[in-house]
Amino acid sequence: MSVAAEPVAVAHASALPPRSWRLPIILAVLAVVTFVVFGLFGTDEEVRFAWSRAADAVSLDPSPASPRVIGLIFGALALLASGFALWSAWNRRKVGVWVMLIVGIAFLVSLVAWVGAGGSVPVVFLLTGAIGLSTAIVFGALAGVIGERAGIVNIAIEGQLLGGAFTSAIVASTTGSYILALLAAMVTGALISMVLAVFSIRYLVDQVIVGVVLIGLVTAITNFFYSAALAPNSGALNNPGTLDRIRIPLLADIPVLGPVLFDQRLTTYLMFVLVPLTWFVLFKTKWGLRVRALGEHPLAADTVGIKVNRWRFWAVTIAGLVAGLGGASLTIGSVGAFVREMSAGQGFIALAAVILGRWNPFYAALAALLFGFASNFRIWAGQAGSALPPDLIAMTPYVVTILAVALVAGRVVGPKAAGKPYLKE
Amino acid sequence: MTTTVPETSPAPDRPGWREVLHDIAAGSAIRTVLAVVLSLAIASVFIVFTNEGVQSTLGYFFSRPGDFFQAAGSALGDAYAALFRGAIYNTRADSFASGIKPLTESLRFAGPLIAAGLGIALTFRSGLFNIGGQGQLLMGAIWSAWAAFQLHLPYGIHLIVAMIFGFVGAGLWAGIAGFLKAKTGAHEVIVTIMLNYIAVSLATYLMRTPVLHDMDSGSNPTTRPPDPTAVFPRLLGDGYELRWSFVLCVIAVGVFWWLMERSPLGFRLRMVGLNPDAARAAGVNVSRMTIVAMVLSGLFVGLAGINQSLGRDGNFAPQIDAGIGFDAITVALLGGSRALGVLFAGLLFGALKAAGPTMQLADVPPEILGVIQGLIVLFIAAPPLVRAIFRFLPTPREVTVVGTGRKPALEQKGGE
Repeated sequence: MSVAAEPVAVAHASALPPRSWRLPIILAVLAVVTFVVFGLFGTDEEVRFAWSRAADAVSLDPSPASPRVIGLIFGALALLASGFALWSAWNRRKVGVWVMLIVGIAFLVSLVAWVGAGGSVPVVFLLTGAIGLSTAIVFGALAGVIGERAGIVNIAIEGQLLGGAFTSAIVASTTGSYILALLAAMVTGALISMVLAVFSIRYLVDQVIVGVVLIGLVTAITNFFYSAALAPNSGALNNPGTLDRIRIPLLADIPVLGPVLFDQRLTTYLMFVLVPLTWFVLFKTKWGLRVRALGEHPLAADTVGIKVNRWRFWAVTIAGLVAGLGGASLTIGSVGAFVREMSAGQGFIALAAVILGRWNPFYAALAALLFGFASNFRIWAGQAGSALPPDLIAMTPYVVTILAVALVAGRVVGPKAAGKPYLKE
Repeated sequence: MTTTVPETSPAPDRPGWREVLHDIAAGSAIRTVLAVVLSLAIASVFIVFTNEGVQSTLGYFFSRPGDFFQAAGSALGDAYAALFRGAIYNTRADSFASGIKPLTESLRFAGPLIAAGLGIALTFRSGLFNIGGQGQLLMGAIWSAWAAFQLHLPYGIHLIVAMIFGFVGAGLWAGIAGFLKAKTGAHEVIVTIMLNYIAVSLATYLMRTPVLHDMDSGSNPTTRPPDPTAVFPRLLGDGYELRWSFVLCVIAVGVFWWLMERSPLGFRLRMVGLNPDAARAAGVNVSRMTIVAMVLSGLFVGLAGINQSLGRDGNFAPQIDAGIGFDAITVALLGGSRALGVLFAGLLFGALKAAGPTMQLADVPPEILGVIQGLIVLFIAAPPLVRAIFRFLPTPREVTVVGTGRKPALEQKGGE
């Protein structure tokens, strides 16, 4: 979210670009809040960080700590980092992503310690839950990144998640094969993408409109079949079970990180692989360069002989495969059975993650993870009997999204031609 | 919809009769009817193949295909008869007064759809996408519900005050998205979607606080019902749920028409929607128009929210939105973002909503109505697709973006 360098005014040799203070100031406010609220005015009631679960091979003792000390230490760290951000802004330098990460993590750690005061903080639960709740969002965000990089704004991700969840649950229940179920989910996502592509590329319907219509249609169709077929025969049609957890030997025994990263389901591992893979393909291969050209300057792409609309069609279709996997992660990768409207807005959140992540697979996945953490934090804070009203915590990621979108918009521009159909003269 | 006459031209050339015929055939009326027919046909397939009677005949389809068609026919007949009974006239009622009740129910469901549809249509015409109908509707409902049971005022004044609260709440909520779009460039699609979630959380939060919580009900988060002084009176007597709020929604159609087609403000809004650069060059303050468009849109959606909170005796709940905020988008699209179009689209979707319970009784999952709704809008959204299926339709003379009346923003040759 660092601020891109402003174009240099060329009128006077001495004219320098204006300093942009928005981001450093927001980071500083966050750091001060961390230091003052969780540090200076924090609570001394002991909090225990539970590093391992009962079943883990290597069990670490929980470390007791004072939330106030944690707030002071991490608050000071955040103040340092935001001071660096202010210094960078003064010198007209880019504020690195790592600065934001430090401030953000310092804030979250202090917040978690503050909420957990007088009890324990299940670190592994918080992190695995965050990954579990963000899996579908990450897949959706990757699909969004691919689509928008190719020049197609895909609002229908929400529908693709729902469709993928629906077909994967049915296929897994009827065939008993999870591989077929994953394939079915991918095909569903791709088919929805194809409808989107045909309508927006061939019939020039506005992409946002087709997306919204598709969401409505997929929701209605899955609702219809849910009550017409799935609900009456849930044993035969909606009883998929879940993918097995795959324990990676040795790695899974690492304390904290092991259970979080290496004791997961296939869908989660696919997510771990797809994020860097998408980045690599988009930014390091010839194909990726072409796809990005479609989104930035389709005319230029056309001039060098890239068939713009055909490439866009296939790029969105591939994005649909990814989004469909996200749908499967909601059913067979998580709870098993399909529930009506189970995507519950995660596709929309994925769209926000795309923008927050500046159309970059890594940052988008990070933003998605933040959303997952926030939902999981809300569950835990509710159980921990926090004084914070759960509804207000639930609201936070959306407020943060709006602030961040308002903050980065105008500064960070997405693919220039995203959302515009291309017609050859 | 596809406008064949550029709408901003002050005095269009009088078209010849041949062109008039051409326009009617290529225009939205026939296409809409065909889209509805096509959607019903596809929905019929859904109904037939999920019907148990039909499924049992499929086992011996090749030996006795007649049974299949008979079962399919009766399944469809039952379904559409139920649709008619639930939406228009209950043929099984003993008197006209109770037989016509479904029609009044359709109107009751149509009211908020029309109002919210107008709000969404206004943003489409102004070149914006307002996906935040749900949030704006909720805010309108929250504020008006608050005024309806926390303030205690005499008859007449109370209703008006509560309505004003609802309008202010919804207008401000929509204004946030407009303000952010105008001042920072934040995309209104993302912002309005996020505001939907925030509104839902805010509603459930407020229902646990003294602001909305009925303290007599214990820990259960419920609100008190609105004071009788703040509820819209019934339009057709005690036998029918239809209330005067429906009349307001119809009046809103007229207001929308005047605003968009006749007022200078509407002219500026449409100008921004058709070509913001030209509008800016002509001296229109585009960012102010963005805020104005969102606030006005919020006022129309707010009327739907008021309808939901004051148009019935029940108390407020976050579920009060009932999907209207999202359906309003499809209403606006189907109605081509025109006043009359939105009116008819709202009536159609209201009828489909009203028919749900009767369909359920006839063993047809009422979700099929949502499928029909989605298909209609999908076919409406792609005029060339419908023309490809019904090849006799002539092609229109110019391509426009569906629902907005503007030409698609093409990536022009020569770049930006």
